[in-house]
Amino acid sequence: MKETLAKFLQYKWSQVILFTVFVAVSSAALFFSQKSVTAFLLLLSSLLILHYIKLKNVTKWIIALGLLFILIPFASSGGPAFQSYMDVATMVGIYVSMALGLNIVVGMAGLLDLGFVAFFAVGAYSYSIFATPQAANFMPFGTYPLGGESFWIFLIIGGVVAAIAGVLIGIPVLRVKGDYLAIVTLGFGEIIRILFNNADKPVNITGGAMGIASVTPPEIFGIPLIFPNQFYFVTLVILLFTIFTVLRLERSKLGRSWKAVRENEIAAQAMGIPLVKTKLLAFALGASFSGMMGVVFAAKQAFIDPTSFTLLESFTILVMVVLGGMGSVPGVILGAAVITILNLQVLTELATWVNQLSFGGVISIPEALSPAKMQKFIFGALLVAFALYRPKGLIPAKNKIFDEKKLKESSTHKDFKTTDQKKIQS
Amino acid sequence: MLLEMLQSLPQVLIDGLALGAVYAVVALGYTMVYGILQLINFAHGEIFMTGAFIGTTFFILLMGMGWVSSVPQIFVLILVLIVTACLTGLLGMGIERVAYRPLRNAPRLIPLITAIGISFILQDVIRFIAELSSGNYIVTGPSLFTDQMTISFSSLSSIFNDASFKTSFLIVLVTAFILMISLDYFINRTKWGTAMRAVALDRETASLMSINVNKTISITFFIGSALGGATGVLFAVQYGTIDPFIGFILGMKAFIAAVLGGIGNIRGAMLGGILLGLLEMFASANLTLLTGGIFGAEYKDVFAFSILILVLIFKPEGLLGKPTAEKV
Repeated sequence: MKETLAKFLQYKWSQVILFTVFVAVSSAALFFSQKSVTAFLLLLSSLLILHYIKLKNVTKWIIALGLLFILIPFASSGGPAFQSYMDVATMVGIYVSMALGLNIVVGMAGLLDLGFVAFFAVGAYSYSIFATPQAANFMPFGTYPLGGESFWIFLIIGGVVAAIAGVLIGIPVLRVKGDYLAIVTLGFGEIIRILFNNADKPVNITGGAMGIASVTPPEIFGIPLIFPNQFYFVTLVILLFTIFTVLRLERSKLGRSWKAVRENEIAAQAMGIPLVKTKLLAFALGASFSGMMGVVFAAKQAFIDPTSFTLLESFTILVMVVLGGMGSVPGVILGAAVITILNLQVLTELATWVNQLSFGGVISIPEALSPAKMQKFIFGALLVAFALYRPKGLIPAKNKIFDEKKLKESSTHKDFKTTDQKKIQS
Repeated sequence: MLLEMLQSLPQVLIDGLALGAVYAVVALGYTMVYGILQLINFAHGEIFMTGAFIGTTFFILLMGMGWVSSVPQIFVLILVLIVTACLTGLLGMGIERVAYRPLRNAPRLIPLITAIGISFILQDVIRFIAELSSGNYIVTGPSLFTDQMTISFSSLSSIFNDASFKTSFLIVLVTAFILMISLDYFINRTKWGTAMRAVALDRETASLMSINVNKTISITFFIGSALGGATGVLFAVQYGTIDPFIGFILGMKAFIAAVLGGIGNIRGAMLGGILLGLLEMFASANLTLLTGGIFGAEYKDVFAFSILILVLIFKPEGLLGKPTAEKV
């Protein structure tokens, strides 16, 4: 029985049929049920299954786009929990993008950055300061808040500002070797948070610990974006751009230099890779994705304060990268999705369930052990377990394998071969 | 402005010395582990915090017994210090055995990540236990050694103000110095200390000279963690209130102290700790004054981190360390 099943799954078409059935069932379940987190998670996990199906890459991408743009929003629109699903999906998109940014720094270039959330904060604050009357406190010209259309420009500005922050942090840090780097970046992360927390005097720039409220919602063609399902599409487009860029970067000359620096700095330098430039670019590019998502985050929440940018947040993103597999793009996407959903849905659902149980007197679990509070323990355990037993993560990174023979043939014997073939043909 | 700074100087010195002594002993744990394994033991701050909690628990338990009140408090303190040091030492050994030893030949990023994981686990487990047993994770220990003392600096010269402190300050200072001096003796004069220095210098050659490397590393972790735990008790005695999150930032600062003195160098860590404590207290007392009210005492963490960055840029080997070239 088992063998026949395994054999059946070998074929491409059987996989496709099973996949279609799975997607159809889970989306129907999601559409017709009032509120079913399980169905929503099943539908999302279809993307993971898609990753393993034997299809051409292009086909997979087309199917994935169809799922993301049409099926997931449509299927979850059935019940009253539509906006909360879309909210979770948007957060997943934001975190995936950030984790991909950190993956460049930690996974590809091998620089352990423990203050990554600082760039996210820089992006978020850069939009929310100018999209609220806050900017009028210190800007000598212009009228604030800026209109909702400025959001699209601020996506770029947020990315650029975060990249500049990355370079500024990078310059002193690059004289420092691996493990010092962790501490210095951690310090910078804290410094930026403390700065935002206290920059309400002498000039009120960031609103201090009170944060900035009622950020202007973004506008497109005169329609203000307020609901999570609108932000879902914005996030999705930026996320796709991020994934595309990261994939292209990984195979580029720069991506290969990052990997060389990660494996051995001295050897990489001896091969003619400019260390400082390579590392700075890793910092800047990683930071810019995070800054962009910071802008989206600020616009979506419409309220930010320094408590969203604590150390725990930086470590959360690190856990995503380690869990998924350092340096592996599909892995990091999976890791980020798993951790975000665990954080936002599974833990809170479990907490309410446990609460109901103890309320009903079935079992009594002390308040201290409530799953919503166990976040740190779970993260710690995941970090240790994965570092010890599966240091390459859920989906290990693959290096493109080059066939030596083919390369030689294609580079040196090309001319001869073509002429030979021509002779034979003639 | 200068006059005001001078006036508060005696109090700043006293507070800075107490804080600096705590930093110095915690920094020893970082520097010992770094010297022998080239690993930043992120969990060390958490071991310090665990020590503070174990110590406070023992204090509360002992104070509950009737006969203890007739014993001088100092004996109770010594007893608690020894028990806590042993327990946290064992904890440190266990952490090394579980989380660092299997990864000794892995890339250097990996043990750092387990260290962060371990520190998260410790934080949450302690929070859980504290919250379960007392309903709140912020714990206040019994107040000990609370007699106020005053040194009249004003009789020395009229520009100084008087400085006052509790007896606990003296106890923290004296215990910290005893710990540091005995550690220095241990490292430089005993057989195990020699073995530790040998392993730090060259692990493979040391193992050829019939030194049991694994055992030596275990002992290093035991001593470092025992010192950290004991300092936790001192911290609890000095400041009274503790919570599971004190370890992380204090650990970072102790690490900064270790880097400031020259990481891997025992005496450097002591010097760096005292220096950082003094500087930080000075900054938190005078930053408002120095910058004309733009930056206040809330920037004292920023100040500590900027010291780290300055040291790393201009003198990466630290005050007492020796520069090393990286070998291929």
